[in-house]
Amino acid sequence: MSLLNAFRAATALTVLVSTSAFAETLTIATVNNGDMIRMQGFTEDFTAKTGHEVEWVTLEENVLRQRVTTDISAKGGQFDIMTIGMYETPIWAKNEWLVPLDDLGDEYDAGDILPAMAGGLSYEGTLYAAPFYGESSMIMYRTDLMEAAGMEMPDAPTWDFVAEAARAMTNKDKEIYGICLRGKAGWGENMAFLTATGNAFGARWFDEDWKPQFDSEAWANTLNFYIELLNDAGPPGASNNGFNENLSLFQQGKCGMWIDATVAASFVTNPDDSTVADKVGFALAPDTGLGRRSNWLWAWALAIPAGTQKEDAAKEFVKWATSKEYIELVAAKDGWANVPPGARKSLYENENYKEVPFAKMTLESILSADPTNPTIDPVPYVGVQFAAIPEFAGIATQVGQEFSAALAGQQTAEEALAKAQALTADEMEAAGY
Amino acid sequence: MARSVTTRRKTLNTLFAWAVGLLIFFPILWTILTSFKTEAQAISDPPVFLFFDWTLENYAAVQERSNYMRFLWNSVIIAGGSTLLGLIIAIPAAWSMAFVPSRHTKDILLWMLSTKMLPAVGVLYPIYLIFIRMGLLDTKTGLVVVLMLINLPIIVWMLYTYFKEIPGEILEAARMDGATLKEEILYVLTPMAIPGIASTLLLNVILAWNEAFWTLNLTAAKAAPLTAFIASYSSPEGLFYAKLSAASTMAIAPILILGWFSQKQLVSGLTFGAVK
Repeated sequence: MSLLNAFRAATALTVLVSTSAFAETLTIATVNNGDMIRMQGFTEDFTAKTGHEVEWVTLEENVLRQRVTTDISAKGGQFDIMTIGMYETPIWAKNEWLVPLDDLGDEYDAGDILPAMAGGLSYEGTLYAAPFYGESSMIMYRTDLMEAAGMEMPDAPTWDFVAEAARAMTNKDKEIYGICLRGKAGWGENMAFLTATGNAFGARWFDEDWKPQFDSEAWANTLNFYIELLNDAGPPGASNNGFNENLSLFQQGKCGMWIDATVAASFVTNPDDSTVADKVGFALAPDTGLGRRSNWLWAWALAIPAGTQKEDAAKEFVKWATSKEYIELVAAKDGWANVPPGARKSLYENENYKEVPFAKMTLESILSADPTNPTIDPVPYVGVQFAAIPEFAGIATQVGQEFSAALAGQQTAEEALAKAQALTADEMEAAGY
Repeated sequence: MARSVTTRRKTLNTLFAWAVGLLIFFPILWTILTSFKTEAQAISDPPVFLFFDWTLENYAAVQERSNYMRFLWNSVIIAGGSTLLGLIIAIPAAWSMAFVPSRHTKDILLWMLSTKMLPAVGVLYPIYLIFIRMGLLDTKTGLVVVLMLINLPIIVWMLYTYFKEIPGEILEAARMDGATLKEEILYVLTPMAIPGIASTLLLNVILAWNEAFWTLNLTAAKAAPLTAFIASYSSPEGLFYAKLSAASTMAIAPILILGWFSQKQLVSGLTFGAVK
């Protein structure tokens, strides 16, 4: 009996020692959006399963991007897991700043990740960031205004149809504007929208020799179409509008159509915040018949910086947060409409999720974007609404300022394109392309 | 007649001062009001001013999600520590420049100020690398030192200006009475310069409290102050203005209260020597 007790005590001690020896505290940098905040609320489930504690560093997207870039490039080691996007992943992986995530185990089922997501978060065929949620862009439109205009939105409209509908829905006296689009300058603001729109018009940032293409007819068509449409059917001050400004306008019933991130669907259909929640329809982002649509592709993903002392624990967290089980955990507590979308194929095969109104259109939008082959002509870069090279963010922000100034009427589209061509050529030459 | 003109002018001046004061304070007032609205009311057009259903739900949400007290404590230590450390260094420095000036005093003062002319981001990487080597990343000690160094030129300049107003003869008299240098600074100069030191202290606490570049870039989970707390509620993809306003109100409340109660010292210190 005493031997048995001694054995029990030794076992208990071993478990205690081994648990405390392997229990880590992970520091995770993340963005302030609904799905990430919800994940923070479920941290206890992870701790209960693994014994690891989590400390969150939540920052605004642009602050986070600067913060984690500084840390990983200087090898500061402040974070064990970083929330990054499709733009950073291939660049950082090429620099060997990230831990490869090709050994997460069979039960993780990496083959279940949507191919577009896995492709955008991989470098040379190896996954370096696990998608937590993915998004594309699509049309959100007012069904009542569309009906009043005597038109019917197809599932996959053309830009000509969208422009005609926008002009028909506009009633400036009643402050109703047919279309709300991003105009605020920034590589993740107007340039995300215009680069994706350019894809539908056959425009590309660079040819196969990395020569800028803003002097092409396709870019002239894209920018002129965009400016004329917003001048005729857009809200006043459109050159200052980003996601939040357009969301606010749409929720207050002032936009007939809004083309933006699929994540907005849950906001505009939420009756607590939106005055038009029951009058919203969805359609694919428009095309021009050339074979590419104007939708973008983005993922917020979890990556582990190379050199972290807690790689094993960090991998456990990444597996937990991007697993099928996590999706079920959220669904059980907060409902299927609130699970992180756009990352796994199995989610879209789930009968419960098929009932979520914007699920089908989100999936189709994601599936129709190809980051490795984004536009009509071949390109040397990866990315639908960006080119995944380190110089892109700086260049595109400057180009965005020129395009935004053209929208505001401070210069013509031709002048903006000429400046964009010149500054991009200068920057690329200086960067050694 | 002359009396009525004076009264009217006084009234006009008072009204003008109130209007300017309200204009300057309006963004803070609007933030505080928005923090008591729902997210839908926060973006309503036309905006609602006072007549809405006041709610505390944003404060409850912020309280539930974040450990406010930890951010607050970090802010108190960082702002207070950097200011006190700065004063300890700046008082002797300002004393020597004010009362024992050399040929190069003016040059040194200008040179000190020139460090404020460099954009902070220009030295981010060097300082970040030094912090990594010294193990100071995400520590309150590191931030106390950095913020002290950043504000030191301002502290020295302010104290130098105040000290220059104090007649050197008084210090001479103390020396004649046998006071040592330490006694002269501690028991003669400092008590006379209390209003100036108080306003320098208050202004630098406010500057350090609101500093958002270094406090965001050199911290992670442990030493993050209230600036990081606010940044965690800002979102480019989602209208969470009411919650952001609640977080902002909680972040500025302590410094607002401190400023309110010490406004007399602040004003007297800042106008010290303005009229000769």
